[in-house]
Amino acid sequence: MSKYLRKAKPPRVGDAPAVRRSLIAFVLLVGAVLILAPLVVIFVQAFSQGFSTFARTIAQPDTRHAIFMTVATALIAVPINTAFGIAAAWAITKFDFPGKRLLTVVIEIPFSISPIVAGVAYLFVYGLQGVFGPALQAADIKILFALPGIVLASMFVTAPFVARELIPLMQAQGRDLEEAATSLGASGWRTFFSVTLPNIRWAMLYGVVLCNARVMGEFGAVSVVSGNIRGQTNTLPLHVELLYHDYQTVGAFAAASILTALALVTIVAKVILEHQGAGRAGRPMLAGPAVEAKETHQ
Amino acid sequence: MRRRVLPGLTLSLGITLLYVGLIVALPLGALIFKAASLGPEDYWRIISSGRALASYRVTVLSAAAATVFNLVFGLALAWVLVRYSFPGKRLVDAIVDLPFALPTAVAGIALTTLFAPNGWFGSWLSEAGIRVAYTPLGIMIAMAFTSLPFIVRTVQPVLEDLDPALEEAAQSLGGSDVAIFRKVILPLLVPALLAGVSLAFARSLGEFGAIIFIAGNQPFETEITALLAFIRLEEYDYQAAAAIASVLLITAFAMLAVTNFLQARALRYTARS
Repeated sequence: MSKYLRKAKPPRVGDAPAVRRSLIAFVLLVGAVLILAPLVVIFVQAFSQGFSTFARTIAQPDTRHAIFMTVATALIAVPINTAFGIAAAWAITKFDFPGKRLLTVVIEIPFSISPIVAGVAYLFVYGLQGVFGPALQAADIKILFALPGIVLASMFVTAPFVARELIPLMQAQGRDLEEAATSLGASGWRTFFSVTLPNIRWAMLYGVVLCNARVMGEFGAVSVVSGNIRGQTNTLPLHVELLYHDYQTVGAFAAASILTALALVTIVAKVILEHQGAGRAGRPMLAGPAVEAKETHQ
Repeated sequence: MRRRVLPGLTLSLGITLLYVGLIVALPLGALIFKAASLGPEDYWRIISSGRALASYRVTVLSAAAATVFNLVFGLALAWVLVRYSFPGKRLVDAIVDLPFALPTAVAGIALTTLFAPNGWFGSWLSEAGIRVAYTPLGIMIAMAFTSLPFIVRTVQPVLEDLDPALEEAAQSLGGSDVAIFRKVILPLLVPALLAGVSLAFARSLGEFGAIIFIAGNQPFETEITALLAFIRLEEYDYQAAAAIASVLLITAFAMLAVTNFLQARALRYTARS
């Protein structure tokens, strides 16, 4: 049926078979070189000496520790970040207060900043030459070159992830449902869990998935604050770098293949969540202002 | 003024301000404070040193080249994804996000392995006399990889929403495909393209992980600004690290302002049409 329909319509711009075929060929060719080949080379290198070598490198204590550090960082940073994202979205979309626009812009700042700048900035807060450094050392509290520093730097680079998914959605949904619930006598928490949360759960999960991917994969900021101590403060991306510079190519790519598998899982989760209506079409995953000037309630 | 009926302002705003203050504002403030404590002469000497200037040049030129590449490829990719159907299209659409999902260090070692003189592409290119790894071309490729999705994802929705009536009108007036694309379609895409370009360029200026593996990192030749800040830290030259990081920070703020302006304009533009 669609064949007849298509025949009835005049061909659209660029529908000439030659144009169509050459454009598709160009895109697939460049895409294969730039996107697909890196993906393939990771697994080819990781398994270049057979599966047993791959398994042995993954099982090395240093690699296992790096995996542990990465998972531990994500387990701390992602839930805190999610709680922050919900709080920020609630404050910004359910209330009017002066400085609201400024606050939304400030939340977005970490997206625009080089991860190296983030790492350097953290050094000047908690490092010995920083604001709190000497006091922390006197109290024998270790933040830099330890897990807390890695968690803090990860939280910086991913601060906007959950908030930016929730703010536009909750703004579009307005306040009526929540106001009805509270006027019927529901408590604030009850209103949130029974009214708001069911409406935002997919968008929240979407933010959580992207946040988690970035936390587990963060390199620049973490490499400044971690001190790169082997078997102690190396996360998985840092461990990849260390093995690579040690000319342990198979080991580096084996560790990298774990992170690549995570990236692929993230993409699949993203596609599934988009089918649930999460993520707004047309917004790059990690970019741009989340909030426009439109207000649902004036 | 509406009466507030919903609870939780104090709690939610309190958490938000505490988090933003401690996680975002405090470190950036500390960095600015450190850079400002240098004094204008020292600050200027550090940020205008020959090595620093060379790093700005490498970074900006590579980022510009990568952005131009992505402008062409990203537009073509968005066009193909929106206007044509072919087997595997949904897979291509999903995999466009790979550069965002893949950790930058992993992208870095993968691209280096591909483009190194003994790599899949590198060996083939070096026969043709083109060196990619350990040259600015390598930096450009790493930047092009990490910033690819920005332009595709800003242009895609605008192309999807394009009113076919506009094209049909132009066609009925006898316009050729090329003329209609240039005079009718492209102007409608310009705001989205500009927004995508500014995002991609800003991302390329700050990129670190994907680049340092493929760049070769020779001072004055293939050393990007982010790496120079990192090297100054490793040399315990904290003041220089702060000064150079502050240059990146100021650039990022400037790009943020440009991006916000362009994106707001793009949105207004789409809302009107």
